[in-house]
Amino acid sequence: MTTLIINGETRQFDEIGTLDTLIDTLALRGKRIAIEHNGEIVPRSQHAHTRLSDGDTLEVVVAVGGG
Amino acid sequence: MQDALTIAGKSYQSRLLVGTGKYRDFQQTADALDASGCEIVTVAIRRVNLGQTAGEPNLLDFLPKNRYTLLPNTAGCYSADDAVRTLRLARELLDDHRLVKLEVLGDPNNLYPNMRETLKAAETLVKEGFDVMVYTSDDPIAARELEQIGCCAIMPLASLIGSGMGILNPWNLQLIIEQASVPVLVDAGVGTASDAAIGMELGCDGVLMNTAIAAAQDPVRMARAMKLAVEAGREAHLAGRMPRRFYSATPSSPLEGVISSRKG
Repeated sequence: MTTLIINGETRQFDEIGTLDTLIDTLALRGKRIAIEHNGEIVPRSQHAHTRLSDGDTLEVVVAVGGG
Repeated sequence: MQDALTIAGKSYQSRLLVGTGKYRDFQQTADALDASGCEIVTVAIRRVNLGQTAGEPNLLDFLPKNRYTLLPNTAGCYSADDAVRTLRLARELLDDHRLVKLEVLGDPNNLYPNMRETLKAAETLVKEGFDVMVYTSDDPIAARELEQIGCCAIMPLASLIGSGMGILNPWNLQLIIEQASVPVLVDAGVGTASDAAIGMELGCDGVLMNTAIAAAQDPVRMARAMKLAVEAGREAHLAGRMPRRFYSATPSSPLEGVISSRKG
């Protein structure tokens, strides 16, 4: 089991590879999102090369209405 | 381009900037933006809703890239760190986008800006190459410091965010306008069209609003009203108003040739 903290929620995964595979697991493929991994922005081009480890913290954001 | 508003090297015809929050739905947002004639629209950056996102419409699909310049904000951030992180995420989200609206709040009840944290965040963001439009208190000293740091637009509040109370301190606004060499925009507090017009008459370079449009009974109509008000206020400012005459009246019609039954 791998534990990730995503948007402040603790989540457990049987198997986790890269950020790119997590995007599929979370059904976020095709959405306009941006990801911070352990406090660092991960450019889209690096999603497939970013390996996730137990205890990693992620922030996944979108644009919403606001002033 | 005639009388364009230039922010960070880019020129805009419209001096009205509009927020995208609090509308009934994305279609109403799009209709109101269209009626406002705005070219710069603010968006917020929030955690994605995990688990129930399939098929959910996305705000960005309603904001054609070739029509609007997006202005991601840091609404809801209470520290320089959170604001900077939010805008780094925005830059990645919006494909290396640099123009941002910085606001660092100090109190959840009045949403007044925390200037110490705002200044700190502004310094970091400018160093990282962001073009920072900054929400500030209407304190001319803070405004000057933000300009010295390198912010590309100073945006003092007219009154509290979402209050619709209008311009409570025109004198402070004028002090900020007179000293600034970057655009000054009223941000927050506009309630109705006359507030926007007054801001522009004072010499503001633009007005940013959200709730005044979104919370109107008819947002699309109010968006149009705001467009006209900003244009009217700008024209009045450029025309130069007549001097105020205290304690005396002057007739507009000739004094001579009035028919009279008065003798001699």
